[in-house]
Amino acid sequence: MSQSHVIIIGGGIVGCACAQRLAATGWRVTLIERDTIGSGATAAGMGQIVALDDSPAEFALTADSQRRWHALGQANPLVHEYTPCGTIWVASDDEELAMAAAKVPNYHAAGLHAELLDAAALYRHEPNLRPGLPGGLRIAGDAVVYPSRSADWLWQQTGGTLIHAAVTAIHAGGVTLADGRHLHADAVVLATGSRTRDLVPALPIRPKKGHLVITDRYPGFIHHQVAEMGYVKNAHLADVDSVAFNVQPRATGQILIGSCRQYDIHTPEVDPVMLGQMLQRCLEFMPALATLSSLRVWTGYRAATPDGQPLIGPHPHQPGLWLATGHEGLGITTSLGTADLLAALMNHTTPAINPTPYLPSRFFPAP
Amino acid sequence: MATITVFINNHPYTCDAGNSVAGAIAQAHQQLVTTRQSVHGMPRTAVCGMGICFECRVTINSNAHQLACQTPVATGMQITYEETGYA
Repeated sequence: MSQSHVIIIGGGIVGCACAQRLAATGWRVTLIERDTIGSGATAAGMGQIVALDDSPAEFALTADSQRRWHALGQANPLVHEYTPCGTIWVASDDEELAMAAAKVPNYHAAGLHAELLDAAALYRHEPNLRPGLPGGLRIAGDAVVYPSRSADWLWQQTGGTLIHAAVTAIHAGGVTLADGRHLHADAVVLATGSRTRDLVPALPIRPKKGHLVITDRYPGFIHHQVAEMGYVKNAHLADVDSVAFNVQPRATGQILIGSCRQYDIHTPEVDPVMLGQMLQRCLEFMPALATLSSLRVWTGYRAATPDGQPLIGPHPHQPGLWLATGHEGLGITTSLGTADLLAALMNHTTPAINPTPYLPSRFFPAP
Repeated sequence: MATITVFINNHPYTCDAGNSVAGAIAQAHQQLVTTRQSVHGMPRTAVCGMGICFECRVTINSNAHQLACQTPVATGMQITYEETGYA
């Protein structure tokens, strides 16, 4: 029996993770990438591996993915720059601290570490936080990776064929490239993130622009990924521009500073007003950031869906087309869980978690 | 010219007021000294003198990565850098 052939469009971390998983389960893989592997949102984001319990669907996928990253990272920490630094979610008031306390049993029930920090413990972990904060939630299993490098490593595991080209159309049984070539395959996987609608305009994905700053090297300035509890509230669900305190220690001693979200901005320029609001928010939590020297500011696009969950599974009306896109700000984390889900659906095997909340059919009315 | 006292790696030095930190370091040692090592251990010191190359970074009053060539000295300023062993 000849090997089934899959074309994956998009060599970001999600496309590369799917490629690795499909190759490992017997598919011949062709990857089509218009720029370089890991160059889009994969390169623009923070590279945080984070288990988030804000909805059952998000928790299932991020917890599963956090475990997969742990296994991958521990096996080869230098390749992935895997740093198991954990996350501290900072509560700004007693109400948020109560929210943090309520989360602890959720994490424990899922078999994950979670620890409520009082103020003394918070400052012991992160002395550069501003005084007067009541505490926070520490998730020790979270980590940081270098996503572009991981994407490339995942791709290298496949033994597949890489084609640098732009896809202009997806049709039954293959794709058409900008140079007019037609490529045939048994299945096509679309993993093009915020550019998804260039090829399938009906999909409910909107680009959400973000800014990040990276500093010079200040080893020990922070020890965990440190973010405000309000991050998810401020960032993920709101349909308006938002900023949230979120800083990350890189393996180099540099610090990544985020975050902000803007809908429907289609130009990549740094917006000084938005950047100012973002940094101001960060200074409210960590005033000593003002003493650091920044090296570079850049922007990128997350692929946002209306319900905040990715699209993983078959396109309901285009046979042979599979989707792995719409991962918003969690694509680095959820790439590995996504790949397991997608490969299981394509291979008719049982995935590690229930695929229903991520199926694209939820956005298509039943005929 | 008026002079002031600054501390370079905890030693007091008298230097010209109005000098840059990079100038004060050179004045204190009467020669160019290396003030930093690259990530791979190569010696570094002020090169461009105009805030572009970032090779002159030192710690000033506990703030790391300050540009020595762009920072004027002030009385009592604490200037620290890694002694690299290179002249």
